[in-house]
Amino acid sequence: MAEPVALKLTQKDFKSDQEVRWCPGCGDYAILAAVQSFMPELQIPRERTVFVSGIGCSSRFPYYMNTYGMHSIHGRAPAIATGLSVSRPDLSVWVVTGDGDALSIGGNHLIHALRRNVNLKILLFNNRIYGLTKGQYSPTSELGKITKSTPVGSADSPFNPLSLALGAEATFVARTIDSDRKHLQSVLRAAAEHQGSAFVEIYQNCNIFNDGAFETLKDPSTRDEYLIRLEHGQPITFGADGQRCVVHPPGGFGLEVRETASVDPADIVVHDATVAEPAYAFALSRLPGLDLRNTPIGVLRQVQRSSYDERVREQTETAKAKATGSPEDQLAGLLTSGDTWTIL
Amino acid sequence: MTKQVRQLDRVVIRFAGDSGDGMQLTGDRFTSETAQLGNDISTLPNFPAEIRAPAGTLPGVSSFQVHFADYDILTPGDAPNVLVAMNPAALKANIGDLPRGADIIVNTDEFTKRNLTKVGYAVNPLEDGSLDGYALHPVALTSMTIGALADHAVSKKDAERAKNMFALGLLSWMYSRPYESTIRFLERKFASRPELVAANIAAFKAGWNFGETTEDFGVRYEVKPARMRPGTYRNITGNQALSLGLVAAGVRSGLPVFLGAYPITPASDILHELSKHKRFGVTTMQAEDEIAAIGAALGASYGGSLGITTTSGPGVALKGETISLAVALELPLVIIDVQRAGPSTGMPTKTEQADLNMALFGRHGEAPVAVVAPRSPSDCFFAALEASRIALTYRTPVILLSDNYVANGSEPWLLPEVDSLPDLRVEFATEPNGDDGKTFLPYLRDPVTMARPWAIPGTPGLEHRIGGLEKADKTGDISYDPANHDFMVRTRAARIEGIPVPDLEVEDPDGDARTLVLGWGSTFGPIGAACRALRQRGLPIAQAHLRHLSPMPANLGEVLKAYDRVVIPEMNLGQLAHVVRARYLVDAIPYNQVSGLPFTAAKLESMLEEVVKNG
Ligand SMILES: Cc1ncc(C[n+]2csc(CCOP(=O)(O)OP(=O)(O)O)c2C)c(N)n1
Ligand code: SF4
Ligand SMILES: [Mg+2]
Repeated sequence: MAEPVALKLTQKDFKSDQEVRWCPGCGDYAILAAVQSFMPELQIPRERTVFVSGIGCSSRFPYYMNTYGMHSIHGRAPAIATGLSVSRPDLSVWVVTGDGDALSIGGNHLIHALRRNVNLKILLFNNRIYGLTKGQYSPTSELGKITKSTPVGSADSPFNPLSLALGAEATFVARTIDSDRKHLQSVLRAAAEHQGSAFVEIYQNCNIFNDGAFETLKDPSTRDEYLIRLEHGQPITFGADGQRCVVHPPGGFGLEVRETASVDPADIVVHDATVAEPAYAFALSRLPGLDLRNTPIGVLRQVQRSSYDERVREQTETAKAKATGSPEDQLAGLLTSGDTWTIL
Repeated sequence: MTKQVRQLDRVVIRFAGDSGDGMQLTGDRFTSETAQLGNDISTLPNFPAEIRAPAGTLPGVSSFQVHFADYDILTPGDAPNVLVAMNPAALKANIGDLPRGADIIVNTDEFTKRNLTKVGYAVNPLEDGSLDGYALHPVALTSMTIGALADHAVSKKDAERAKNMFALGLLSWMYSRPYESTIRFLERKFASRPELVAANIAAFKAGWNFGETTEDFGVRYEVKPARMRPGTYRNITGNQALSLGLVAAGVRSGLPVFLGAYPITPASDILHELSKHKRFGVTTMQAEDEIAAIGAALGASYGGSLGITTTSGPGVALKGETISLAVALELPLVIIDVQRAGPSTGMPTKTEQADLNMALFGRHGEAPVAVVAPRSPSDCFFAALEASRIALTYRTPVILLSDNYVANGSEPWLLPEVDSLPDLRVEFATEPNGDDGKTFLPYLRDPVTMARPWAIPGTPGLEHRIGGLEKADKTGDISYDPANHDFMVRTRAARIEGIPVPDLEVEDPDGDARTLVLGWGSTFGPIGAACRALRQRGLPIAQAHLRHLSPMPANLGEVLKAYDRVVIPEMNLGQLAHVVRARYLVDAIPYNQVSGLPFTAAKLESMLEEVVKNG
């Protein structure tokens, strides 16, 4: 077979002719630009790329991508994308969803797609608010959040999306931030390479209804103190001068943050995204406090497990390999199977 | 002793026993023997609602009714001529359906004090004279079976369990059935345990010989083969036929079939059946819920498969939003609703036709879909093909309304030639369709079918976005333009109304009827049987039966207006009647039964007689 010719694709090729309609300043713009400029790198023809979304501001995303796309219904994108992915292994299928879309109305489909390990790249734009419906609290809003629907503060505790995904034993779990294009693209790259479900939480600013939700993670004066940038194979240290680190305290079952100077360097956890047991990545996902201090970003978990798509296809292929004759002949055989009798 | 042989034209037998007594299997075997003989047949099982109700109780009674005749029949029969009751519960649960004079064969071994008390018999009904009006045959089924198997190397339990074969042997003798197929069946079923093959065959023969020798059964009956159209037949249930129809739709369209389903009675058997046919390129997915099931099916349709979802009423309710999406996306999708008695969980193992309104109207917005309904178990095969044909040709969701009665009932099916099945091949869009030769217009319609192009992902140059937001005509771009929305709503309605469906045929042999009885779906059998009976008595009546409920046949209005009276029997509170009255301004008379049971022909006959005679 001849060496495939490199596809000459640019960011522009992935822009559709539709006018982008998010509020000026919305974090969704930055994510769109990052995705559009990253896609050419994958060398997947546009026609083999499909974006499926639910409903929400974030879910408008497919309209702006010059690929195949479906803007479906609230919360159901993972289910629809599962049918597409399983029946069309030749496609690269991406799901774009919001915190309400994925974790409230569509929570069931999300966890089941992850448990099955369907070959989907799932991008969850988490702005910790319902944007499209104009500002109600969401399943990721902090307890006590004051919104239109919770004038004296919300009474329910939020989900940690990464913990949830890990609880469903997702094989790829990562987090990134709308404003950090380089980091965002590095995570997308790893997600795209993953076989099976890749779950990526993207912190996204809704400057209209929840402005500054992630400001401490973005502001140059605080971000180094707040963010833990995970690198596979590297000791987990952070802070402007690496003055903090993550250790596994003896006797405990979680991970903890310590002053680097106070621990034996050998005790600093070396990040390994490939640890089979999800408990390690889960412990990482539990590090941030309510104020977002100690927020890990990057790939928490990346393990290999056969995908639902592969397993289903293998069953079909095995059955087909055993069959003989044309489909019509096989059908005739099927119709006449069992007890038959003939009347002359 | 030579026994008298009497000819009968038809017989209805009901096998009834505890869920553990193997009555479904016994009924199936008797049906198969009867099919081999060439009678026309119609069967109906009646399962207990509980999976394992306590043994010997009324809720644990399971039965199987088989009607066979030397002419073509339409229903499993109103009332049994013969009841086989394996225990007091089976007798008690079924005696009410028996006409006086019917034969009752009871397993006397089970009529113990304890078992009688369990079902509330203070005195033994076999002894208190309460069954005097019937031809009672007390048979010690269990002990005779155990006795017959004394020399067999099987446990007492296995010997006792073979009593259903004893009963089958006796009934097979009584009705002169050929039993080779049962012997073959037992050899297959117990292939790995030869001792059980031998024991069950011995029990069967003991039952047969008992009939031959005992004085209690003085008469043996024969029912001659029916005159049926030449060809190869098999006995088939509605759910089986429907499954095969879906497989056939895949073969005839050349498309992969994708079934998304969530288990629910009485639809689960379709999922079970289709999951066996992977070699035909059928993928089945047991989804996390009904919404995911239809979502996955729609996703597969988007990718170029024949997307199907199977469920019952509660599931259709959950799928409504996705059906609306499919209406907006204009993609093929087949939704199968095997109806059961509602509302809510209702009576999951009982039949009803009360989802018609939901199928026609049960979505938000103006969301028209095509709706078809099978009329008999074997017709489910053709209804499945027709639903697939409409979905694929007209790029629309199609709801198929089966119900528990046709789904679990069975009848002989004259197997069709594969070549005679409709050609369902479709073409995917491959080229831009705009005037400039470069643009792709995803909502530019075919002038004949009004279907939009099916441009599946992977097709270079046709990249486009679709979604639930209102779309501009032709371009499919998001549009809030008032005139466009009005146009699109009317277009979606017109394209369903415009689907050509065959004209409604009226059966009125003498052409002098003034009353028309109109039905849809599974009531075809009882309505047909009632009409025949009336005609035999010289009362003219016309029958018409709808397969297509949306769109309705173009000549329906004309047909309705040609009669003085129109009667519409339904197993709901008048849902079709409502539509017919609204659409055609015809003063149709609804006749309704919502007992969870199919109409009996007799009941329809007396109701229709009233109408015919008194107007
Ligand atoms: C069945 C249904 N229920 C409710 C809505 C209204 N709705 C649309 S988007 C949305 C929440 C969106 O929040 P999120 O998923 O966080 O997306 P964002 O707009 O924040 O990107 C809701 C409640 C709907 N479209 N469909
Ligand atoms: S409401 Fe918020 S999330 Fe939605 S577009 Fe505006 S800024 Fe973005
Ligand atoms: Mg949100």
